[in-house]
Amino acid sequence: MSATLIRENVAAAKPPRKTGSLLVVPSVVVLLLWMIVPLVMTLWFSFQYYNLVNPEVSGFAGRDNYEFLVTDPDFWVSLRNTMTLLISVLVITVGLGTLLAVLFDQPFPGQKIARVLAISPFFVMPTVSALIWKNLLMHPIYGVLGAVALAFGLQPVDWFASYPLAAVIAIVSWEWLPFALLILLTAVQSLDHEQREAARMDGAGVVAQFFFITLPHLSRAISVVVMIETIFLLTVFAEIFVTTSGGPGNATTNLAFLIYARALLQYDVGGASAGGVVAIILANIVAYFLVRSIARRLEV
Amino acid sequence: MRETVFQRVFAFVVGWGVAILLFFPIAWMVLTSFKSEVDAITPRLTFTPTLSSYAEVLSRADYLSFALNSVVVSVGGTVLALLFAIPAAYSMAFHPTQRTRGTLLWMLSTKMLPPVGVLVPIYILARDSALLDTRTVLVIMYALANLPIVVWMLFTFYKEVPKDILEAGRMDGARTVSEVWYLLLPLTLPGVASTGLLSLILCWNEAFWSLNLTTSSAAPLTAFIASFSSPQGLFFAKLSAASTMAVAPILVFGWFSQRQLVRGLTFGAVK
Repeated sequence: MSATLIRENVAAAKPPRKTGSLLVVPSVVVLLLWMIVPLVMTLWFSFQYYNLVNPEVSGFAGRDNYEFLVTDPDFWVSLRNTMTLLISVLVITVGLGTLLAVLFDQPFPGQKIARVLAISPFFVMPTVSALIWKNLLMHPIYGVLGAVALAFGLQPVDWFASYPLAAVIAIVSWEWLPFALLILLTAVQSLDHEQREAARMDGAGVVAQFFFITLPHLSRAISVVVMIETIFLLTVFAEIFVTTSGGPGNATTNLAFLIYARALLQYDVGGASAGGVVAIILANIVAYFLVRSIARRLEV
Repeated sequence: MRETVFQRVFAFVVGWGVAILLFFPIAWMVLTSFKSEVDAITPRLTFTPTLSSYAEVLSRADYLSFALNSVVVSVGGTVLALLFAIPAAYSMAFHPTQRTRGTLLWMLSTKMLPPVGVLVPIYILARDSALLDTRTVLVIMYALANLPIVVWMLFTFYKEVPKDILEAGRMDGARTVSEVWYLLLPLTLPGVASTGLLSLILCWNEAFWSLNLTTSSAAPLTAFIASFSSPQGLFFAKLSAASTMAVAPILVFGWFSQRQLVRGLTFGAVK
């Protein structure tokens, strides 16, 4: 009691420590600039005629860039590809990730090593993942998958020619499944084992335990995984850049690749910026829910 | 807790099966890197191991410059982010105001800005300030892109430090700078280290800005590997050797820090 009193007195005697609370300012300033400047520029460019190599294209464009964008069939294809990629990868990684998290929560010999192997793909840089899959695994003549197919008496599949989007989905899922597994495993391990033991004693089977105890416990972690993955999956780029360049045709062009192609291959800054605004709006819808869900947990 | 024998065997078989399947592409890459180009295009397990692909990749003088670029931009971006983040996280953890909560959530929301949405202005700003294809631009981009994650992760570590310890130092008359430097940093060194490690991993593997803002002289390994997407990618053994060297260091870092990564990657929402 007296100790607290003394401390309070000392604290009161000192002037308020302004420096302490001001140390956050540099970070806030750079992040504010980092957010506002490019955002305003993107918005501004999206209403301009602006070509990177042709200075004669200039002036206020009004809604032209947006009108051109929404009347361009490529744009709608890219939106559909973006959503197909997003939803497929989410279903695969969260579905399998949840099952694997429960599996790796069980004790078995060598469990630690197996877990390390399973999460490794997350640490491989995207350009390496994509090229290893494309050349060493999925190549119809030289790849492992082709050899496996032949061994089973099947015809090897030329994945990037016949099912290009599925091939990209497979690669991206391989990269993100370990992420889902890592996060969900951490969440599973915080589950109260006594609770599950009690359920087991009451005669609940493995399946019932999973659906009535584990899954509800994981719901929060699952929603965090879904939202974080969504942020990244909306703008998958490197994997497409090094494997298909958006093709064949526009079969694997997503919104990110479309914007890149508009800006740095066709030099159409205005059109690319209009696409950028769409990407920002899409991401913000997700971000809103993510920030809200994290805010609920935040104690300051 | 007792498991039935069946459950244990099932967990063992499926667990290892899944682990091996997921790791297979990496293992195959390492294996192929020790093959000759002729052996590399036949998917077989028997071959005469050779280091010739490594020798050839390394003898291309530019490999080392790509690797050096990766090291410089990853370390540079991480150090710069930490320089801004340590004071910020300290301030919010130990001197919270009514605005702290809002500031933290706002920082998080800047991470939601999709890079591709601001590709055009960043590219033009970099071009106009003659920063295209320089390490400087990547260091700045990586520091800014990771700053919210770094601040958040440090914040969660700092929150665990008992306030009394810092207050004791304060009563001894420690100034803010020495309070952070002599008290907080030594106390939270493991936390700062794992935050830096996460940032290093993210910078090392970043492949949007590196592909779009660099061409040759500042290009890191992500961009070097991307150059194999041209027909020269058909040199499977060289692709594998270059990839193995690019991936190995960060893979080892990742293995050692898996637990801490969860905290950083989920903004403290899952611990």
